[in-house]
Amino acid sequence: MCTYSTEKVALARSSGKTRDGWQPMSQATVYYDHPVHAPDAHTVNIDFLGREPGSRVAVELSLESARELLAALEVTVERAKHH
Amino acid sequence: MRYDATLAETIGIRGHGDDLIEAYTARPMDPGPHPGMIVIHHMPGYDRESKEITRRFATMGYSAICPNLYTREAPDAEPDDAAATARAQGGVPDERFVGDARGAAAWLRSLPNATGAVGAIGYCSGGRQAVLTGIEVDVQATVDCYGAFVVGTPPDGFPLKVGPLADRIPELGAPLLGLFGNDDSYPSPEQVDELEKLLQENGKTYEFHRYDGAGHAFFSVDRPAYRPEAAVDGWAKVADFLARHLHQDVVGSN
Repeated sequence: MCTYSTEKVALARSSGKTRDGWQPMSQATVYYDHPVHAPDAHTVNIDFLGREPGSRVAVELSLESARELLAALEVTVERAKHH
Repeated sequence: MRYDATLAETIGIRGHGDDLIEAYTARPMDPGPHPGMIVIHHMPGYDRESKEITRRFATMGYSAICPNLYTREAPDAEPDDAAATARAQGGVPDERFVGDARGAAAWLRSLPNATGAVGAIGYCSGGRQAVLTGIEVDVQATVDCYGAFVVGTPPDGFPLKVGPLADRIPELGAPLLGLFGNDDSYPSPEQVDELEKLLQENGKTYEFHRYDGAGHAFFSVDRPAYRPEAAVDGWAKVADFLARHLHQDVVGSN
């Protein structure tokens, strides 16, 4: 679509809840591109991918929401060190 | 009263490597004969809107076919899931696309009411693939709707198994219609200039139209990028271009 640029992350010991229930997730792709559903022209999209195309957990985030999510992830991962 | 009827259905065709791939076809039901059109879907996949475009070409008098380029990665998946899977795997390799496009062209020419003339049109990533079709496949016209990376260098993180086609423009064998939005970044107006210069230098038959107030995907009726004025004019330009290049015996041009 627009930029094509995609960040890919291999996932280990991770799961996602798909339309068919909980399944292992093996990869995440993160990209800024046209959304399917969200109302903006471009969104930060994350696909958690599992065994087959249909077992995908997808989100399309406004840039502002993506920034807040990023901060929340950083705080949470940092906090996890102390557990 | 003019008879206006279209047959639209899913079929299987033989693509690259003789693989059976899914395709959506729409054909006028009058006896014809009819030229063929290959519709190359955008990166979001073989979706409802791509099928709608395919049916529109049938109403314009073309036997049309839209191969599902993500059949192999994601058979029977919903279009958005298929597109996500294809993206994660780096997109459609050029060689495989070319095989699928050749299969689509052969299928169109096998129809009993085919004229033998075949054109192609592609949107978004399909725009680049439409240019590639004009280079690699026996087609008599091709239409690039805002295809990125026909020229220009892909940015960092570019995962697709494709590269620019600039050095292959001398091999372009079909007249090219290009439709672009001036607010687009991929391709940017400068990249459209660069492609136009290459076409001129190589003496190619081409026609470009660029729209102010429009960006990428201005034909996409279901997206915020839709620009009705550009899309309406763009469809008229497509109809005119195809009439000149796929109906040469009928209209006597060229």
